[in-house]
Amino acid sequence: MLKKFWFLSIIIIIAIILPFIVQSSYYQHIFILILIWGTLGVAWNLLGGYTGQVSFGHAAFFGLGAYGAGLLAFHLHISPWWGMIVGPVAAVIISIPIGLICFRLRGPYFALAMLAVGEICRLIFTEWVPFTNGAMGILTLTTFSSKLPYYYIGLVVLLLSIYTVYRLMASRAGYYFVSIREDQDTAESLGIPTTKYKMYSLIPSAFFSGLAGAFYMNYMNYIEPSIVFSLPDVSIMIIMVVILGGVATLWGPVVGAIIYVVLSELFRSSLGSAHLLVFGVIVCLVIMYMPNGVMGEANKIKKLFRRKGTHIGSEMT
Amino acid sequence: MSYFEVKNLVKKFGGLTAVNDVSFSIEKGKIFGLIGPNGSGKTTIFNCINHYYPLSGGKIYFKEKRIDKLPTYEICKLGIGRTFQIVKPLRRMTTLENVMSGAFLKTSNITKAKDKALEVLDFCDLFRHRHFPAKGLTIANKKRLEIARALATEPELLLLDEVAAGLNPKETETAMEIIQKIRSSGITILIVEHVMKVMMGISDRIMVINFGKEIARGTPQEIVNNQEVIKAYLGESYAQGK
Ligand SMILES: Nc1ncnc2c1ncn2[C@@H]1O[C@H](COP(=O)(O)OP(=O)(O)OP(=O)(O)O)[C@@H](O)[C@H]1O
Ligand SMILES: [Mg+2]
Repeated sequence: MLKKFWFLSIIIIIAIILPFIVQSSYYQHIFILILIWGTLGVAWNLLGGYTGQVSFGHAAFFGLGAYGAGLLAFHLHISPWWGMIVGPVAAVIISIPIGLICFRLRGPYFALAMLAVGEICRLIFTEWVPFTNGAMGILTLTTFSSKLPYYYIGLVVLLLSIYTVYRLMASRAGYYFVSIREDQDTAESLGIPTTKYKMYSLIPSAFFSGLAGAFYMNYMNYIEPSIVFSLPDVSIMIIMVVILGGVATLWGPVVGAIIYVVLSELFRSSLGSAHLLVFGVIVCLVIMYMPNGVMGEANKIKKLFRRKGTHIGSEMT
Repeated sequence: MSYFEVKNLVKKFGGLTAVNDVSFSIEKGKIFGLIGPNGSGKTTIFNCINHYYPLSGGKIYFKEKRIDKLPTYEICKLGIGRTFQIVKPLRRMTTLENVMSGAFLKTSNITKAKDKALEVLDFCDLFRHRHFPAKGLTIANKKRLEIARALATEPELLLLDEVAAGLNPKETETAMEIIQKIRSSGITILIVEHVMKVMMGISDRIMVINFGKEIARGTPQEIVNNQEVIKAYLGESYAQGK
């Protein structure tokens, strides 16, 4: 317990002083991307990893968050920073009917229904030009010239999402999430209202995806439907990031985000658009040789030395 | 009205009537046995009771309350626990976590749920397996885990579906001891079992079904001597030859 506390403190301290050590604004940009992808991964992992409701459409929540912020500026001319509240709330509000409908489906059917949800959102935001400005997207003004404020806001968002998942997974809800993932019929027979608990998992997941989206809008100052609602570049990529880092592990999505962002920056300059291909190959290799992802394997090794793992749900194979 | 009562239960799967107008009732604190050849509809009756399947007809009452329209989790909350004949462990959770998931029905506190689960694991002789993932347990232990998980929800009525099937004689003995212990703790039991020795030894009353219909009912003694039952199990010639 104590060791965990020290470990966590050191990580947070490093995260706080990092932009003072690495002052290049290009590297700071990479850090901020990692924070955004990390938050998205953590959010997806709660629903897909721990609760077993694999979603192929989380871009819907990311995009709604981003547009929640963007549309405020576009229509009402108020600061898109208000979107940090409006965006995630919009994602949550939309997630509720989506959950109530899609959770009737199980396994691959749920995944595909979510894929459809993501694509429907992309089409609506592309076609409904008067409201969304369509494919031209939304452009806002930069708030800060320095990367530092963005870095710290992103860090707070990521840590908040991790803390939320940590608290949930250390409670009864966490046990229920994993029970639902392992066998929904058993869960029902143990008195678990499975649809309700899936909603309890979906809502924070949509919230943090939306928050990541709203932050992305504020940081990038430009969004368009084909970017924020992208099936391959957002919905699928989140899953890749989480698989890489470790499904159903607390820190796995962050590790996955670091690997993904760093690799895609490295290869983008040398390989152009083929960098996605390289990333795909790496994901395949990870699935073949480290089926539990980086953190999943690390946890397994740790467990060999210490018999009783206490955190629920990280045992993946 | 009885403690637990099934009235004119019908369950159809398309053209197949798996349960055809079955009625029975169970008195509080008793063990009620349900037997019948393979495919006669025993598991289907269980699945109707805890609303794993919707009924095609009939009514079910528990403590004067009609329960056949309630969702599965509500039925568990009312105090009816069940095991699955084809075991359904929460595979990647440890044995302890499996049982805790049941114990959370009565408390949201982690420590309390854990204490309850450890107590139940001890009761079911699974304590030393508590930190192992459930998927690695032997079949005998998986069957016991089914019982332990259901017990952790503190049921008043427990449905046991072939918890001794596929076990060797020694494991069967242990399973019987556990069932006896459950009964002494005051829990009412509805049990399905193929091992006749088990059924005859522990049931207060037995109902026999074949092709989804009741063919006999009575004390274990009455059942072993019943012509219809012998016919159903051993064929026409045996019944006549007797
Ligand atoms: N989900 C289902 N869909 C269609 N038919 C089913 C279904 N479940 C059971 N049946 C059929 O209903 C009949 C009764 O099956 P059930 O499993 O209740 O028998 P059982 O008495 O429990 O048998 P066993 O002793 O082998 O466990 C069988 O003919 C079976 O094939
Ligand atoms: Mg059966």
